[in-house]
Amino acid sequence: MAGQDGHSTILQSALAEVAGADELRSLDQIRVDWLGKKGKLTAELKNLGQLPPEQRREAGQAINQIKRELAAGIEQKKVELEQAALNARLSSESIDVTLPGRSLDPGGPHPVTRAMERILDIFRGLGFAVETGPEVEDDYYNFEALNFPPHHPARTMHDTFYLPDGRLLRTHTSPVQVRVMKNQSPPYRVVAPGRVFRSDSDQTHTPQFHQIEGLLVDEGVSFADLKGMLNEFIQAYFEDELEMRLRPSYFPFTEPSAEVDIRWRNEDGSPGRWLEVLGCGMVHPNVLKNCGVDAERYTGYAFGLGVERFAMLRYRVDDLRLFFDNDLRFLQQFR
Amino acid sequence: MRFSYNWLREWLQTESTAEQVAEKLTAAGLEADSVTPLGLNLDGVVVGEIVACEPHPDADRLRVCQVEYGQAEPASIVCGAPNARLGLKAPLATIGSELPGGFKIKPAKLRGVESFGMLCSAPELGLGEDKSGLLELPSSSQAGQSIVDAMALPDWVIELDITPNRADCFSIRGIAHELAAIESTSIHAPMIETAAVASERSVEIELLDAADCPRYVGRVIEGIDPQAKTPDWMVQRLERSGLRSLGPTVDVTNYVLLELGQPMHAFDLEQISGGIRVRRANQDEALTLLDGSEIKADADMLLIADHDKPLALAGIMGGADSAVSDQTRDILLESAWFNPATISGRARRLGMATDSSHRFERGVDPSLQKLAIERATALIIEIAGGQPGPLIDQQSAEHLPQAVEIELRVERVNRLLGTELSADKMADLLRRLSMQLESDGEVLKVRPPLRRRDLAIEVDLIEEVARLIGYDHLPSERPGGRLFSQVRSERMTPDRLVRDSLQARGFQEIMTWSFVSAEDLDQLSMNESSQPLANPLSVELGILRTSLLPGLVRTASANLRHQQSRLRLFEVGHVFKTGQAFSETRRLGLLMAGRREPERWNQAAVDTDFFDLKGELEQLLSLLGHDESEIEVQAAQRNWLHPGQAAELRLNGQVIGWFGQLHPAMAAALDLDHSLFVAELALDDIVQRALPAYHSAGRYPAVRRDLALIAPDGVSAAQIQKIVKSVAGTLLEQCIIFDVYAGKGIESGYKSIAIGLIFREVSRTLTDEEVEKVKHDVIEALQQDCNVRLRGTV
Repeated sequence: MAGQDGHSTILQSALAEVAGADELRSLDQIRVDWLGKKGKLTAELKNLGQLPPEQRREAGQAINQIKRELAAGIEQKKVELEQAALNARLSSESIDVTLPGRSLDPGGPHPVTRAMERILDIFRGLGFAVETGPEVEDDYYNFEALNFPPHHPARTMHDTFYLPDGRLLRTHTSPVQVRVMKNQSPPYRVVAPGRVFRSDSDQTHTPQFHQIEGLLVDEGVSFADLKGMLNEFIQAYFEDELEMRLRPSYFPFTEPSAEVDIRWRNEDGSPGRWLEVLGCGMVHPNVLKNCGVDAERYTGYAFGLGVERFAMLRYRVDDLRLFFDNDLRFLQQFR
Repeated sequence: MRFSYNWLREWLQTESTAEQVAEKLTAAGLEADSVTPLGLNLDGVVVGEIVACEPHPDADRLRVCQVEYGQAEPASIVCGAPNARLGLKAPLATIGSELPGGFKIKPAKLRGVESFGMLCSAPELGLGEDKSGLLELPSSSQAGQSIVDAMALPDWVIELDITPNRADCFSIRGIAHELAAIESTSIHAPMIETAAVASERSVEIELLDAADCPRYVGRVIEGIDPQAKTPDWMVQRLERSGLRSLGPTVDVTNYVLLELGQPMHAFDLEQISGGIRVRRANQDEALTLLDGSEIKADADMLLIADHDKPLALAGIMGGADSAVSDQTRDILLESAWFNPATISGRARRLGMATDSSHRFERGVDPSLQKLAIERATALIIEIAGGQPGPLIDQQSAEHLPQAVEIELRVERVNRLLGTELSADKMADLLRRLSMQLESDGEVLKVRPPLRRRDLAIEVDLIEEVARLIGYDHLPSERPGGRLFSQVRSERMTPDRLVRDSLQARGFQEIMTWSFVSAEDLDQLSMNESSQPLANPLSVELGILRTSLLPGLVRTASANLRHQQSRLRLFEVGHVFKTGQAFSETRRLGLLMAGRREPERWNQAAVDTDFFDLKGELEQLLSLLGHDESEIEVQAAQRNWLHPGQAAELRLNGQVIGWFGQLHPAMAAALDLDHSLFVAELALDDIVQRALPAYHSAGRYPAVRRDLALIAPDGVSAAQIQKIVKSVAGTLLEQCIIFDVYAGKGIESGYKSIAIGLIFREVSRTLTDEEVEKVKHDVIEALQQDCNVRLRGTV
């Protein structure tokens, strides 16, 4: 049985062992060795019974003191070791955060789709509904109902692709307007986006392109409404207060008819040249009549624009044919 | 329509420059394409006359000319132009002058011979395109006279792009009327007098189809001088309108066409046998035209014939045999009015477009024929002499267009334009456009001039009012009005969601041609039921696409050639099929090729396979709101797909598309090094979806049982899942296939499939016995229905 000094020595040697432990497992072994059920200090306590009763109390207190100090030492060491282990783990898990992440490359819309969606969004915001129709049409919907009489020279403005049975590829999306007017009752507020075809191919023409045409028919609609709406649209699309002008023109399905020019802005912000961007006019009474609409009671306007043209202007694309080459190095610029 | 600005100014006084005229006409609806100045900056360029012309001593191609130019001594000029010859008058750029291109004329030595100036071609002076030699000036010009004076310069050529409705503006007269209306001035047309008849020669004219040709005015002129030359001023005007001089008679008819808008024709009288008959052609009636082309007329074409043979294709082109030649002394002039419907489209059908057909198709002023023939008569006599015969005027008044009276309601004008114009203001504008009218302050009764054949109803006049005010001066109203809603069904997925989903998954949208070639379709064995065009631009674009596949494959091929290592493409578009019934459907096409993942340090270099594509389709359909239970995939053959990697996709039992690997033989034939995985779905079918309807997910725990199965190769995963689902019924929440293996340890002809069954009951916790019972039933059914057994059992 150790005396006072003996206790102190025991503590010293136990704490030395604790200090020497370099991992949690060996530290735990030290705890078991000293404080466990069969540990050395536990044995010391069991040996108290052999002491004279007057010493038991004091010796007991001393051993319990050592136990507490040792337990505290072990706990402190444990915290240290845990911290060290965590530090080691964190250090081993350090990575080069500048390496690229694991991912798929994003896709994107075709620029014509991008421009088309933007234009449709503006018109949806103005209260127009989007309507679509077939690309193969017949003469009635593409021409006759739109006030193009048979053999009329105006038809030569549209170089038309025909099917052997006399049907045709629509030359504009106006047939959608006819369908809407025939199937619904006024007022009409629709825009018709879609692919159209003209048998023409050179620097500035492709045999297919995309149009958005709009139709608004209601009581009391005037040319002034058309001008105001176009101005609103142009400024919204280009996010710029571009100057706009209307010139008289001719389309069989509108009267008065107009071409719309905008004054382009140069890179330095100065006013540039006039660019023709769309055609429009007041719906011709013959078209309203052909579609069963009372042309005295209702008036309206219609307009049509080429989406490729708007995409070219907006995204500064200088060659129309790029749109249908589908080179990914081009397409990926419009995400 | 191209014309000389100086010519136009002969018809009205205007302060406007050529540029201003172009702007004003454009603002009124006659769009000016270009204004080309002629003869600006030609100081020091004069008429030179070659008075001696010797070969250059040291150069075969050069000549040394002595050129008179109004100075004491002629200038010695070295010239290489092939047409340099004695007596020629040509422009001489004198020493010190500067050509429009900035070239300064200085004394120079050419191969040892001094040259004091330069004889010029048309392009060197900005006066034309002909580079073949010196610009030959009329013999009437004076040596030394400035070139500007000699050629009536400066002038400007204005080119207008005239819309089909404005037939009246295909002439100086029409444009002058238009400009006069815009500027509120009046025109002063040249005086045209009735010719004094000096000959009795006449020709009988019969209108056999009065509706097609209700008016034919003719006149014989005898004894014209075949040697006569067209005067310079007329040649210049014709040239500035893009017409070459072809001799006085033809030049005069062309001049009148340009000036008044009346197409005319001159026949060699000797070639006419009997008299003129205007009649429909017999089918395939043969005629050789002026341009040498031999046509076989259709029965709906109108001919000018004599009693034996056709002479001309009415309103389109004269015949070669009856044309005026440089021997012709006696002519018959024609000035007719043809019904536009009779001429329209005929020239186009023959692949022709002439100045004459262009005007007749759009409608010539029906009051113009006599005026035009008098104008032509006077000009021919002035230039080539001759004795005019009496005017022959055949007409069928009932078939001629009549003047119309249109009622214009003042209130309607203002309502349609959003204006507050007075009746007087409107009347003033319309009078400026040569309209006659009466007004009671509320309604104007308007009679437009006959040349304005485009004005027939009220709205036509409203446009005239708007045009003359100027569209930019009309009011503008910002959008406003009543509120209303545009409802878009929630049961319909917007296209944008389809695109956005694909884009987020890495797919790039493409847009390919709606046309394909027969070869494109043959290469993919998909030429069945294809619809050809009647008039394609080329063989390559001859057929409407039956599928998006050819465009996707072509795009993939082009981009793989550009070293793209990984492709994810999609297209949305219409495809067309014929056969029993014609169909046009909207399809979604997908293509994947190359690496599964982009090349990165931490991503494996693994190629895309069938299940990448299938996974994308599953993902897409799921994003579009389709439950797994709606979708079914079955192996199904398509000509263009790998027979072992081809599938059909069904949505609620209906086939909505196909997918798989492009047939390797086709890929090889297309020189593709990669395997392509392709799909096409019916877009309109996948964007329909049900509204979500909530059902309780249940608070009770799920129970999972895993089965390791051995299945014969022929049994598909789908078959197993189908049996599991039908046997397990509503208790089964999910059936997961978590492993598939074949090879070592598995008997040949079999594969191992591991499935996880997840059971749940919404209202209570399942008991072990229940689950075991279901599991047992599933195993039993698999064994019986398709010989699938538990691994480790026999």
